[in-house]
Amino acid sequence: MDFWFSEMHTGNVKMSIRVDKQLFSETSDFQRIDVFDSPEFGRFLTSDGSVIFSEQDEFTYDEMIVHVPMAVHPNVRNVLVIGGGDGGVARELSHYEEIEHIDVVEPDELFVKVCREFFPDNSKGLDDPRVSVINRDGLRFLRGKQDEYDLIINDSTDPFGHTAGLFTKEFYGSCYKALRSDGIMVYQHGSPFFDEDEEACRAMHRKASKSFPISRVYQAHIPTCPSGYWLFGFASKKYHPLHDLDAKRWNARGLKTWYYTTNLHTGAFMLPKYVEDLLEEEERAEKKL
Amino acid sequence: MDIERQRSAPVYEALERFRKQRVVPFDVPGHKRGRGNPELVKLLGEQCVSLDVNSMKPLDNLCHPVSVIYEAEQLAADAFGAAHAYFMVGGTTSAVQSMILTACKAGDKIILPRNVHRSVINALVLCGAIPVYVNPDVDNHIGIALGMETSLVEKAMIDNPDAVAVLINNPTYYGICSDIRSIVTLAHKHNMLVLADEAHGTHLYFHEKLPVSAMEAGADMAAVSMHKSGGSLTQSSLLLLNDTVNTRYVEQIINLTQTTSASYLLLSSLDISRRNLALRGHESFEKVSSMAEYARSEINSIGGYYAYGKDIVNGGSIFDYDVTKLSVYTRDMGLTGIEVYDLLRDEYDIQIEFGDIGNILAYISIGDRIQDIERLVGALEDIKRLYSHEPSRQHNAEYITPIVAATPQKAFYSDKELVPIRETAGRICGEFVMCYPPGIPILAPGEQITEEIIDYILYAKEKGCSMQGPEDPDISKLNVLK
Repeated sequence: MDFWFSEMHTGNVKMSIRVDKQLFSETSDFQRIDVFDSPEFGRFLTSDGSVIFSEQDEFTYDEMIVHVPMAVHPNVRNVLVIGGGDGGVARELSHYEEIEHIDVVEPDELFVKVCREFFPDNSKGLDDPRVSVINRDGLRFLRGKQDEYDLIINDSTDPFGHTAGLFTKEFYGSCYKALRSDGIMVYQHGSPFFDEDEEACRAMHRKASKSFPISRVYQAHIPTCPSGYWLFGFASKKYHPLHDLDAKRWNARGLKTWYYTTNLHTGAFMLPKYVEDLLEEEERAEKKL
Repeated sequence: MDIERQRSAPVYEALERFRKQRVVPFDVPGHKRGRGNPELVKLLGEQCVSLDVNSMKPLDNLCHPVSVIYEAEQLAADAFGAAHAYFMVGGTTSAVQSMILTACKAGDKIILPRNVHRSVINALVLCGAIPVYVNPDVDNHIGIALGMETSLVEKAMIDNPDAVAVLINNPTYYGICSDIRSIVTLAHKHNMLVLADEAHGTHLYFHEKLPVSAMEAGADMAAVSMHKSGGSLTQSSLLLLNDTVNTRYVEQIINLTQTTSASYLLLSSLDISRRNLALRGHESFEKVSSMAEYARSEINSIGGYYAYGKDIVNGGSIFDYDVTKLSVYTRDMGLTGIEVYDLLRDEYDIQIEFGDIGNILAYISIGDRIQDIERLVGALEDIKRLYSHEPSRQHNAEYITPIVAATPQKAFYSDKELVPIRETAGRICGEFVMCYPPGIPILAPGEQITEEIIDYILYAKEKGCSMQGPEDPDISKLNVLK
């Protein structure tokens, strides 16, 4: 049997994964969710036809979106995860004992349910007693929140689909307000390689650097993302991602990782010239305004 | 309404049949199903250009409908509770003008509120009728012109027994309704026709909790913007009649100015949208109302904004309020509506319907989703955080009582001269001045210019309102009567 899942990365580029079988398909109020088993990537989940994560590469972004800010901020107690209904981010956060509370705000109940059923290794993160799962729109949840969180992680990936509201100026503004005076926000910054993704990537940096005094970008290699190359945003009120990195403290924790190291932490902020250029262009445009 | 009949869509079905016949076109349009204009096909798609065909026997003719267009119009009449319905392809402007040209001849009087759309006064320029304005009440807090007090309409009827018609906004752009039932009763007692501008009222026909529609209230004619809340393509509209009006005469009036090459894209969109409204309108507008109510309560809980709803109903000049409208008063945050409108677009990528001096209007429709409402509310909260300041109370009112010195037609065709705007006080204006949107004239041809009006125009211009009407695009000069 020749059974393939395909996702168009651009109008002219297609990524295909050979599928062993399809395990699930249902449409919620927010998205169509499908789950497949595949020989190369193991089990993977798609939303409206785009790969959200696979067993083989999800460790990369769960580690990169959690350990980078956690190795910088000296005292994280209260964390907000927007999206993240699969539990992968909560699982990584649960390794940190000083964290007192984690709110996971995922609008789509079906998404949580599907992940619990098919990805129990991820969703066990949601079972930590410090985690509250709230089924609500992210922007709605943030409204009126002020000075409450040390760290906000925006785990939503799609700036065009049902999570479009989480890539807007009002979202960054709401996060700024919801963070304490030394808070950090990290977010999925998309992929800068293909022309049609570039503008979304630029816009995110423009909005974040307008809202936060410190706004840097770091990178990772994630095979199922468009072009395999993915960026994350680090927006912060006080701490700098490199100057305030406390590698000794983090390494003393003895956490087991597959992707993240404190050496890689520094390296991840060293960007290719074309990415540096496009980000700087946005920063300059910002200053002119 | 006969639901079974409403399931059909005669124009759309005729186009489908026609497509399958693969008729070779040796007629207009010259693009010949797009083959002669590949770039247009790329932009609009094969399906769309193949529907752009000429009037012909199997597809009927809008200028004299006898088959599928006639059937589709009958279905529309049934769906809207009217005796007759006409498909209009020149926007609701053409429907409004057809109503007025039907009701009024040169020298006839028509009673109307001054906060009408420019198309109404344009029709007066065309036919030479004389406007008798009933001053709408103005809300002193939010600054907008409201509906007409029934007692003031009655006084106008008694003072002008020779008037032939009354025109009513049902509702206004902001969602405010006058007591149209009582006005209809009074008008008919005085032998006057009632014309309703329902450019913002299509949905009133499909939900019992919304204000009463013109046809249900017994009005004689109504112009209904199907392309606003009805979901059809821009520029398509409906003209509705009760059985009190001579249809043959209305058809003649429509054909005075209507194109003889009506677009089947527009006609089929009217047909399909009528079907959709008849079958699913109630459910859709229930959802739209609840989204608007949710947005209102969320916006009001931010503080600083006032999103008004049924709470402003006063039994007179605000007889009823259309809850699908989301109007928000912004001046208490020190921001004009137009400033918030610009911030939403430039900083938050959110395009709303309009901003005026004191208010913004966000248009909620059957195409909206709750997550988009969250974005709007989130953006308004962020604007408050970043941009609000102490309120100033300068120029709150959106409405200035006009002084009519000449009929619109006489003023329009008189000899005029261009005069710097600051020197025009006391002169009679020869052209329109308005902010667009909402397109309600600040000055109309024939009205006297005052210092107050000049101040208002310059203030609106400075705040960034898009000003339209005058020959001088800068509005540094105005055409006044010699």
